[in-house]
Amino acid sequence: MADVTETQLPGVGVRHEFTTSTGERVGVVSHRTGRREIVVYDRRDPDACSTVMNLAPDDTRTLAELLGASRVNEALTVVQQQVEGLAIEWIRISHDSEMVDQTIGDGALRTRTGAYIVAVVRGDETVPGPGPEFELKESDVVVAVGTVETLAVLARLLGIPHGAASGSGSPA
Amino acid sequence: MTLLAAASTSTATAFIEVGVIVLVLSTLAHVASRFGLTAVPLYLVAGLMFGEGGLASATVSGEFIELTGEIGVLLLLLTLGLEYSASELRTGLRTGIVPGVVDAVLNAAPGFVAGLILGWSVTAALLLGGVTWISSSGVISKVLSDLGRLGYRETSSILSLLVIEDLAMAVYLPLVAALVVGEDAGTTAVTVAVALVAVMIVLWGAGRFGEQLSDRLGRGSNESLLLAVFGLTLVVGGLAERLQVSAAVGAFLVGLAVSGPSRDRAAALMEPLRDLFAAVFFVSFAFQIDPSDLMNAAIPAVLLVIVTAATKIATGWFAAGRAGVGARGRLRAGTTLIARGEFSIVIAAIGVTLADGDELGSLAAAYVLVTALVGPLAAKYADRLPIGRASGTRSVPVT
Repeated sequence: MADVTETQLPGVGVRHEFTTSTGERVGVVSHRTGRREIVVYDRRDPDACSTVMNLAPDDTRTLAELLGASRVNEALTVVQQQVEGLAIEWIRISHDSEMVDQTIGDGALRTRTGAYIVAVVRGDETVPGPGPEFELKESDVVVAVGTVETLAVLARLLGIPHGAASGSGSPA
Repeated sequence: MTLLAAASTSTATAFIEVGVIVLVLSTLAHVASRFGLTAVPLYLVAGLMFGEGGLASATVSGEFIELTGEIGVLLLLLTLGLEYSASELRTGLRTGIVPGVVDAVLNAAPGFVAGLILGWSVTAALLLGGVTWISSSGVISKVLSDLGRLGYRETSSILSLLVIEDLAMAVYLPLVAALVVGEDAGTTAVTVAVALVAVMIVLWGAGRFGEQLSDRLGRGSNESLLLAVFGLTLVVGGLAERLQVSAAVGAFLVGLAVSGPSRDRAAALMEPLRDLFAAVFFVSFAFQIDPSDLMNAAIPAVLLVIVTAATKIATGWFAAGRAGVGARGRLRAGTTLIARGEFSIVIAAIGVTLADGDELGSLAAAYVLVTALVGPLAAKYADRLPIGRASGTRSVPVT
């Protein structure tokens, strides 16, 4: 990581700056009010800024999220999968579920829960659109679409919601 | 009953007078912000118009306006104290002491000498030295943020200088206040000593107990915090005035003592109050100035502006140079510091009772009128001034 210099700005806040790997001098002025300024120093007058960007506290959060790129990609996928009132859930079938070694039709899952099973992930293999004759095994991951309530019912029948990438909850 | 009736008509008149003045000020504040300037010089002009020998003399409300203006001074100093945290003051002192001394010597000297040339008493000349010394932190912080220069490298040098100037006020104000009231050398020396000891004790107490005080203050609602800080400012200011330390210094110390999260809250709460009361202060200051005196003061004021603009540029050049800033930035620092404002008026107001008080007042008013207008303009166009082989404005590559 590059060296970051800190400068006190009495009555205003504090300024941090560093040189990027391409030689650009970049600084952040943090106001005590929570406002931030991103400044890029002028290459020919290194004391002056050629670019000054004002950020409200909210903008700062957005920008920080955007710069943490990998986590953002995940968040974006989830957002795309959420339609108004609809949610998608990954549910791993636990060993004590009544659905182990049963077909989807046997369990009458759609009728009983109201949620649709759109795919089943078994190991490295994904089965899209499994029919009623599809037999579920322990540790399968069921991908289901429905309302938050119907998915909760399905999750109780199958086991536990799977992983952090679950898209449960209606879009905020 | 007749008494009540009489009182209510004069109250009505006072309401209307004060209301009209404040309405005029609101228009002026609007105009000033449109042009990116401070409203202080415009308030002074308004005061000249309404005051003695002006176009429309306000009479009934004179006393009320005067007291309100006095409170305005306290709130100006209070909010100044609230600006800085104890650690900012410490770093400011550590890094800024040398430029601070250069600043004081270069900029107070022209005012002091000018006062002597005009044949004033030493005390009045010292006050004029203060008028030319202290840059306006209000104008300068507005200029820096309006021009988007807070990230510039010379800005920290400018702000450190302002911290030093403000701290110096804590010593300078009680000193001159004592000189103004002092009759003979003996009593003056005692008053000055009392004043300085009081300042030291309060500063020490603020560092020691400020945290607890702020903690206690911060527990209540905004309403109780506002009232507590306002009340505390008046009480400490009043006590300081009793000790002839100058009420303004008391208020400044209250501002320093409040720290932590309650400081930020208090600063936000007091700001609108300060704007109101301080606006009235500038008007009430200008009330006492005869517009014809102002005309007489014009030539010395302009000469003083020319000299002290040069000395401020030199100060900024020196201070920014110490921080390793290049020629352009040093020039920007210097021109930004030219603006004098609220505190020059506060200093001049201390001397109203002196024999040369009237002249001091009109010269200070004229001086502030010019610097508060010239300063921001000079700062804005500093990059266009030709210096050495540095070229003018260039296009910035888009990457």
